[in-house]
Amino acid sequence: MSKKTHVQTTINGEAVEFLCEPRQSLLECLRDIVGLTGTKEGCNDGNCGACTVILDGRTVTSCLVLGVEVDGKELTTIEGIADGEKLHPIQDAFLENAALQCGICTPGFIIATKALLDHNPDPSEYEIRWWLANNLCRCTGYDKIVRAVQDSAERIKAGG
Amino acid sequence: MKYVDYERPTNLKAALEILQNNGETTKILAGGTDILTKLRIRREQPDLLLDSKEIPELNELSYNPDSGLTVGGAVPFYKLYAHADVIKYYQSIVDSTKIIGGIPIQGRATLGGNLCNAAPSADAIPTLIVLGATATIHSLNDSREVPISEFCTGPGSTILNTNEIVVSINIPSPKQNSGAHYMRFIPRNEMDIAVVGVGTSVELSDDGSKFKDAQVSLASVAPTPLHVTSITDYLSGKEINDENIEKAGELAKDATKPISDMRGTAEYRQHLCTVLTKRSLKQSIERAKEN
Amino acid sequence: MTSIKDPKKYNVIGTRPVRPDGTDKVTGRALYGADFEITGLLHGKILRSPHPHARIKSINFDEALKIDGVLAVVTSEDLPDNPDGISSIAYGRGNILAKDKVLYVGHAIAGVAAIDPHTAEEALEAIKVEYEILSPSLSVEEAMDDSSEIIHENAFMKEFGEMTTTNNNIDEHFQHKMGNVSKGFEEADLVVEGKYSTVMVHQGYIEPHAATALWKADGTITVWNSTQGSFPDRDEMSDILDVPISKIKVVPLEIGGGFGGKIPIYQEPVAALLSKKTGKPVKILMSRKEVFESTGPTPGGYTWVKVGVKNNGKITAMQAELAFEAGAFPGSPVGMGSQCVFAAYNCDNQLVDGYDVIVNKPKTAAYRAPGSPNAAFATEQVIDEISKKLNIDPIELRLLNAVKEGDRRVDGPKFPVIGLTEVLEAMKNSPQYKKSLDGPNKGRGIAVGYWFNVGLQSSCSITVNSDGTISLVEGSTDIGGSRASIAMQAAETLGISYEDVNPTVADTDLVGYTAVTGGSRTTFATGYAAHLAADEVKSKMIKRAAKIWGISVDSVNYEKGQFSSKSDPMLNMTFKELAKELEGSGGSIAGTGSINPKKVGGSFAGSIADIEYDPETGKVEILDFTSIQDAGKAIHPSYVEGQMQGGSVQGIGWALNEEYFYDKQGVMNNSTLLDYRMPTSLDLPKINTIIVEVPDPSHPYGVRGVGEANIVPPTPAIANAIRQATGVRFNFLPINPAAIVKNTNGK
Repeated sequence: MSKKTHVQTTINGEAVEFLCEPRQSLLECLRDIVGLTGTKEGCNDGNCGACTVILDGRTVTSCLVLGVEVDGKELTTIEGIADGEKLHPIQDAFLENAALQCGICTPGFIIATKALLDHNPDPSEYEIRWWLANNLCRCTGYDKIVRAVQDSAERIKAGG
Repeated sequence: MKYVDYERPTNLKAALEILQNNGETTKILAGGTDILTKLRIRREQPDLLLDSKEIPELNELSYNPDSGLTVGGAVPFYKLYAHADVIKYYQSIVDSTKIIGGIPIQGRATLGGNLCNAAPSADAIPTLIVLGATATIHSLNDSREVPISEFCTGPGSTILNTNEIVVSINIPSPKQNSGAHYMRFIPRNEMDIAVVGVGTSVELSDDGSKFKDAQVSLASVAPTPLHVTSITDYLSGKEINDENIEKAGELAKDATKPISDMRGTAEYRQHLCTVLTKRSLKQSIERAKEN
Repeated sequence: MTSIKDPKKYNVIGTRPVRPDGTDKVTGRALYGADFEITGLLHGKILRSPHPHARIKSINFDEALKIDGVLAVVTSEDLPDNPDGISSIAYGRGNILAKDKVLYVGHAIAGVAAIDPHTAEEALEAIKVEYEILSPSLSVEEAMDDSSEIIHENAFMKEFGEMTTTNNNIDEHFQHKMGNVSKGFEEADLVVEGKYSTVMVHQGYIEPHAATALWKADGTITVWNSTQGSFPDRDEMSDILDVPISKIKVVPLEIGGGFGGKIPIYQEPVAALLSKKTGKPVKILMSRKEVFESTGPTPGGYTWVKVGVKNNGKITAMQAELAFEAGAFPGSPVGMGSQCVFAAYNCDNQLVDGYDVIVNKPKTAAYRAPGSPNAAFATEQVIDEISKKLNIDPIELRLLNAVKEGDRRVDGPKFPVIGLTEVLEAMKNSPQYKKSLDGPNKGRGIAVGYWFNVGLQSSCSITVNSDGTISLVEGSTDIGGSRASIAMQAAETLGISYEDVNPTVADTDLVGYTAVTGGSRTTFATGYAAHLAADEVKSKMIKRAAKIWGISVDSVNYEKGQFSSKSDPMLNMTFKELAKELEGSGGSIAGTGSINPKKVGGSFAGSIADIEYDPETGKVEILDFTSIQDAGKAIHPSYVEGQMQGGSVQGIGWALNEEYFYDKQGVMNNSTLLDYRMPTSLDLPKINTIIVEVPDPSHPYGVRGVGEANIVPPTPAIANAIRQATGVRFNFLPINPAAIVKNTNGK
C-alpha cells in the first residue's frame, strides 16, 4: 500500500535525491531522510516559523510543504547559508548581537532575514518586524534579533 | 496523517479526468497551508492529493480593462500582491492577501485555496464578494461561472461538486469613482485568524457627494462570509455623511449571526462589525475620491 | 542601557564575548533532542485521554500490535507497582501513564513503538479504551466546592502542616503569619482589597519535548533528551522505574527553551519501557498539541490581597489568600507565590493563607518565578490603587515601604543584602519614567517583583591543556548562554582569557551532581563551582611553579596570568608557558569545585509600561517598555539584558492575550500556536533594559541570578497602565481586547 516517490531536488546548490511517502512533509524529509537537521519543528502547522526554508527564492514553512512537491525545485536551508567555514554576515551579526539564547528559532530567523535582505536591503524596523512576524521566539523578546537584522543590513551594505 | 497518494498533472484535462473518476476521495492541493493541517488532524482523509500547481490555466495572472483581473486557482499570494495591475486597480485584494498568515504562508497560499477552504473567517472572500467576483469552474464535460457571493454554503462547504475545480477567479474591472478596502480585527498584529473581517466597496456619484453603490461583506460572523445587501439597499443614492455611515454600521450588526468561541464572543463580534464597517467604508470612500 | 554600580574592574567579567556554542547554533549544526540519531532507532507515540475526568474500564491494544511495523505497546501495567496510591512516587508514575483514572485531557494512557512515526500514529488510532465519564473540576472555585467530584479518592488534605481526615480536592492549606494583622488594619487610615484571578498559561518554549531512551540487556538505561537538568532527570527516572541511579545515564542535548517546563520528565520513562520491550532505542517527540495539553503549564487561580496604610503611605497590615490550580496532581507553586506576594514590602503585620487545589487539568510545573507573577498581579495593583487614592507617586510609595537588609519576609527568613531600593531609584531616574506620556487613550503603569533565586548543588571540573587552554566540564544545560557566563568566571578567577576556556556541558557520568538550570541559579551556583575549580587549579599551578623553580610555595606570586617569584625577579612564566611544562614536571593538573550554597540573595525587578488603547476595539499597543533588574554583578551584560527582555515579553503576552481556553467539556480549544497567542515581533517595541548591580556578598563575584524576577512585574505594570488609560482596573487576565471593550463600554 505504501508507495514511495522519487524526488530530485537541489539543496544548498547540490543535487539531492530521496524517496518519500507523499504524506511526509518537506520538513520531515529534510530532517529524517536527507539528514539536514538544522531546520526545526516547533508546531507542524505553519505558526512558529522554526521550519522556514527558502524554496525557489521564497520563504516557506517547510511543515506545510510536502516532500513530493519539491521535485525539480531549489531549496536553501540553514546549512547552506555559511560559505564553507566562513559565516554569512547575518550569522556574524546574530552572534555578536547576542540575538540567540536557546537557539532553536535561530535557523528560521536567519533564513527569514536572508530572504528579507535579498528582497529589501534597507528595511525599516517596522518592515523587519512585519517580515519576521511568522517567526516566533520565546527567549529573546525579539529586541536583539531586530538589532541583529539591522546590523546585518549594514554589514551586507558594507560588503561584509 | 493517513496514507495518501499524490498526483501532479501537467494539464487541465488530465486533472479533470482524475476528478471525474475519483473526485469523492480526492482533495486538491494548491498552497497546502489549509489542507495539510486538516489532513493531519484527520478532519479530511482523502485517498489522493491532486496537486494543481502545474496546470497552466490555474497559473494565469492577467489584467485587461475589459475583462478585469483573472487569477488562476493556484496563483500564490506573493505573486498576486506584487503584480503592478493588482496594486494599481485592486488595492483591497492587496489588503486581504498581505495579512493572511505571515510572509512564508504567503509564499504558498492561494486565492483559490482561500476560497475553496470556505472558512467563515477567510480574509479574501469578503473582498471578492464586494468586488463582484466570479469563479470559473470546470469539470471534464462542463463549465460554469458562479458569483463568489453564492460560492460558500457553510463552514468548509461550497457549491463545488467533487468532479469540479476552480480554474480561475475573475474580478471585474473597477468602475470610475470607485474604491474598495478590506480590514479585519485580530488580537495580535499578525498571524491571527480574523475575529471579524469587513470588505467594502463603494461607487460614488460624479460629484462625489452620494453613494451610487455600496457593497459590504463580513467574515467570521456567520457560517459563511456574509454579503450584507441591506446596506447596499440603504446607501444607494444617499448622501455620504457620518449619519449614513453609522446606519450602515448598525445594519452590518443586524445581519450577523455570530457565535462565541475561542476567538471572540458573539457580542464582541457584533460590536466590531459596526466599528469596522464604518472604518472600512470611510477608507473605500477615500480611495474612490482618489481614483 | 546599563548602570553599573560596582567599581571593581574585571578583565573578563562584564565583557560581551561571543558564546562558545554560537557557531553551531547559527549554522544548524547544534544537536537538540529531536536531532538525535542512533542505529536501530524506533519511534514512539503516546495515546492520550480525550476526557478530563474518567475511570479507565479497559484498554485493548490487540489491533495495534497487528499493524505491520508496530513493535510494542506499554501501559501503567508496565510500571512498578505503587505501595499506595498517594505518595509522590505514585503521583509521579500516575502522570507518566494513567492508572485506573484519567485526570485531564491529554493524560497519557499508553505508549507505542513502531518503525516510523506515521506507523506509530496508526497504532494509536487502533487502541481501544473504554471510559466511565466522571464530572470534572475546571477551576479552583469548582474544585473547592463541596459538590465537586473528588479527583484523588484516597488522598487527604494537609492543613497547617498536619494531615487531616478531610478528603476533598484541596491538597494543602498552609498559613504564614507575622505580627497582628487585625491590629494593623485598625491602625490604617485606608484599606484597599481586591481578588485577582488568572488562568492557566504555558511557558511557550518553541522546542517541543524530545527524548530517546535505550534500555540495554545489561539493565542500564541511557536517555538523550532536551532537559533543564540531567541529574534531576536521572533521579526521577530512578524513582519512577525503580532502577538505581548508578544504572541510569542522562545525556543532555541542546535545549530549545524551558523556563521551568522542561524540569519534569514526561515521555522519557515511556520510551525506556518501550525500549526494554523491543530491545531497541526509542525516540518520542511531542507535538505542539501535546506540549500544551500534556506537559506542565503554570496555574490559574486567584490571589486576594488586602492592604492597610496610613495617610502618609506607610503600610500597617497586609493580608492575602492564594488558591492556585495544582492540576491533576498536587504541587502548584502556591507556596512560592505566598512567599513572594508581599516580599517587596516591609510590614510587621502579615497574614497569608495558601491553598493547593487539585483540578482536572495538566499537572502544573514551574514557569519562570513560579507563583510570583500570579501574586504580584494582585499586590502591585492594590498598591497602585492606594497610590492613586492617596495621591502619592507609585514609585515613592514603594520606596517608603521597600524591604531592606534585615527586614523579614512573611514566611520567616530575613532579607540579606538586596537591591529593591536601588531598583526603584533606577526606575525613577529612567529615561522612560522621566518622559511625559501625552495624549488620549494612553497610560503608564509600573510594578515591582521578586524572586528568591535558589542555590542547590553544582559541580565543575577543569583540566589544564598543554597549550595553556583549559577544558571546563560542567553539568548545567545551557538554555540562555550560561556556558559562556560560567566560562567567563573561570577565566576571571584563573586570570586567563575567555578564549582559552573550552566549556562542555557533560552527562551524568562525567561530572558531579548539578541541579536544574532554573531557579535563577546557574550563573550563581555553577559559576561559583567553576570559580572553586579554577581556584584549585590556580593553587596547584602555583605549587608546580614553586616545584619547578625549587622555591617555597609562599614565594610564588600569580597575577594577571603571570607566575613570578617574590624574591627573584628573573623567575617568571606565563600560564601558557607553565602549562607546557606540566607533563615533564609531574603530570597534568586538574581541579574540581562542588557547592551547595545555603546563602543566596534574591533579585528584585521592575517594569515600566506605556500603552495606548483603541477604545472602539479594545486593542492595546505597547508604546514603550523598560525592564529594570538587580543582577548583583552582570557577568555577561548581553545575556543579562536578554533574560530581562525575554521575561518581559512573556509577561506582556501573559497580560494581553495568553490563556488556556477551555470549553465546558474541559477540552482546551486553543492548543495551537495560532490560537494560543504569544507575542510576535510585530507586537512589540524594543525593550529597554537597566541593569542595577547590588552585589550579593555570598558569591565571589557578587552575582545574583536574573532569569526569573523580570517576568513578575510586567503583568501588573500593564494592568496599571490600562487602569491609567481607561479608568478601569482589571482584576483578571488576560486583559484582551474583548475584555477591554466589555468593561469600558467600547467608547
